[in-house]
Amino acid sequence: MKYHYCGLLALASTVLFLGLFHHNDYHFNVFNIVGLQALVVLGLALLMGYAGQVSLGHAAFYGLGAYTSGILTTKFGWPPLAALWAAQVITLITALLIGLPSLRLKGHYLAMATLGFGVIVHVLFKEMIGLTGGPSGLVGIPPFSILGYQFLTSRAYFFLIWGVFLLALALCLHLAHSPFGRALLAIHDSEAATSSLGYNISHLKLEVFLFSASLAGLAGSLYAHFAMFISPTTFTFLYSVKFVTMVVIGGVASLWGALAGAIVLSILPEILTVFEDYDVVVFGLILVLTMIFVPQGLVRGLSKLFTHLRRSVLS
Amino acid sequence: MSEFLQFLISGLTNGAIYALIALGFTIIYNTTEVINFAQGEFVMLGAMFMATFWGKLNWPLPLAFLAAVGLTAMVGILVERLAIYPARHADTITLIIITIGVSILLKGLAMFLWGKDSLPVPPFLGQEPFHLLSITLVPQSILVLATSILAVIGLETFFKRSIYGKAMRACSTNPLAARLIGIRVEPLVLFSFALSSGLSALAGAVIAPITFATYDMGTILGLKGFAAAVLGGLNSSTGAVVGGFILGILESLAAGFISSAYKDAVAFVLLLLMLFLRPQGLLGLKEIKKL
Repeated sequence: MKYHYCGLLALASTVLFLGLFHHNDYHFNVFNIVGLQALVVLGLALLMGYAGQVSLGHAAFYGLGAYTSGILTTKFGWPPLAALWAAQVITLITALLIGLPSLRLKGHYLAMATLGFGVIVHVLFKEMIGLTGGPSGLVGIPPFSILGYQFLTSRAYFFLIWGVFLLALALCLHLAHSPFGRALLAIHDSEAATSSLGYNISHLKLEVFLFSASLAGLAGSLYAHFAMFISPTTFTFLYSVKFVTMVVIGGVASLWGALAGAIVLSILPEILTVFEDYDVVVFGLILVLTMIFVPQGLVRGLSKLFTHLRRSVLS
Repeated sequence: MSEFLQFLISGLTNGAIYALIALGFTIIYNTTEVINFAQGEFVMLGAMFMATFWGKLNWPLPLAFLAAVGLTAMVGILVERLAIYPARHADTITLIIITIGVSILLKGLAMFLWGKDSLPVPPFLGQEPFHLLSITLVPQSILVLATSILAVIGLETFFKRSIYGKAMRACSTNPLAARLIGIRVEPLVLFSFALSSGLSALAGAVIAPITFATYDMGTILGLKGFAAAVLGGLNSSTGAVVGGFILGILESLAAGFISSAYKDAVAFVLLLLMLFLRPQGLLGLKEIKKL
């Protein structure tokens, strides 16, 4: 844990330094999106790396958070913080309805159920025009505010989003190193052995799934206020796949890797713009090659390659 | 009544397509336990090749058809060799993510080769709609039904009668035991990819005159085919066909009598209901374990 606290401290000081001394609104916008995606990926990494389950519908939970916050603040005049809590309640109830039946079973039923759920939610966002604004999206979402303070600039959101991310990361690191986290890792290795120690496996899995859905919903709520405009095109199956890819590229059982994966895959499209529309080809290629050659993730894969090279140079 | 029959016919046409795609899912699932999320892209490739050979180059129909199915089957073989085979020792979830990557890659390549616009594909037998009882029919939709039924019957005969089909069934029941009695599993996996991608290409080629060919048509077709496969039971080929037709008919009836806006959600509501009520599917073998 000591090593993780050093990491958290380093990340916090980087955030503070950037927030105080950097002056480029465009960069802040990119950092904010990275932060929000990292928040979703963090929960997903806990689910995939520790409980060994995959969700192919995390974009839908992200969207559920965003739309609940957006609708309650624009159409019903709720204060943003109350809307955020309501979004959390809705996300958790939905996750419970999906997770409860599918996590009782052995196998990848959660992946199938969340896939179906994701497509349904996308269709609802598109078709419930009276509430969601339909395909043209929901406009005029008010800025986020706490205790009378309004978040108006990208810089203010930068502090808010990364502050939340740091808290969530600290919480996840503690969870991962608690008896709860160890039990999860044990499930990943052998379900039979873990249940013979008296753990209720489907309960543990459900708890992680609920936690990860709640983080995705939280990120969605913040996204709605930050972007001030949301549309169904954001919350697609492909976006869910992108979250899974971020986890995989970061290295499945690593929470710091989740951050790395979110950063790499968010910055990558900016670099790939030289390929214009064909950036998806490169994206697909990277995904396939990573899974084949470094399934443990780019971070660990590259460090392994590095030690390998150094050894071969030295000998 | 005539309205109902009309929806039923269009449901059967779509259902035939979903059945073929669902069969593709079960064939690969049975030999490798991989859910191949690139399945829909094979449908797209079939339609695209058809648009090129039959629509643009005016090749004779049978030749264009064979070329579309054959070339897509070769793509399927390449996918197995280049993406699945090198990672065959990885866990299932890694393989599934690889197929998602392959799907993104194929879609991107198709956009690169054919562009973003929908390509028209002329119907095989002329466009004159005709009337039967009190419903209007397009010749192409009869052709879709006939082709799929022939393909399904051919496939069932292959699985039940031929030595290779029997080997594939043995392999899906128990790969280790199949190996023990001298069946080589590796070429069977390769063959299952060729068969599955060829079937999906067949679906894409016959449906293309109705839907046109677009680089991104595969994703939703693939996902619906997957829903149909789960509905019927992922490990049952008869189940896949039944699931495909049920899905097609229910979707068409829901679009006609309830709301066409929510049409795309029908497949996935069925998928969720099935997973919660009867996870092994309508005709699937019971291999579900409770935790």
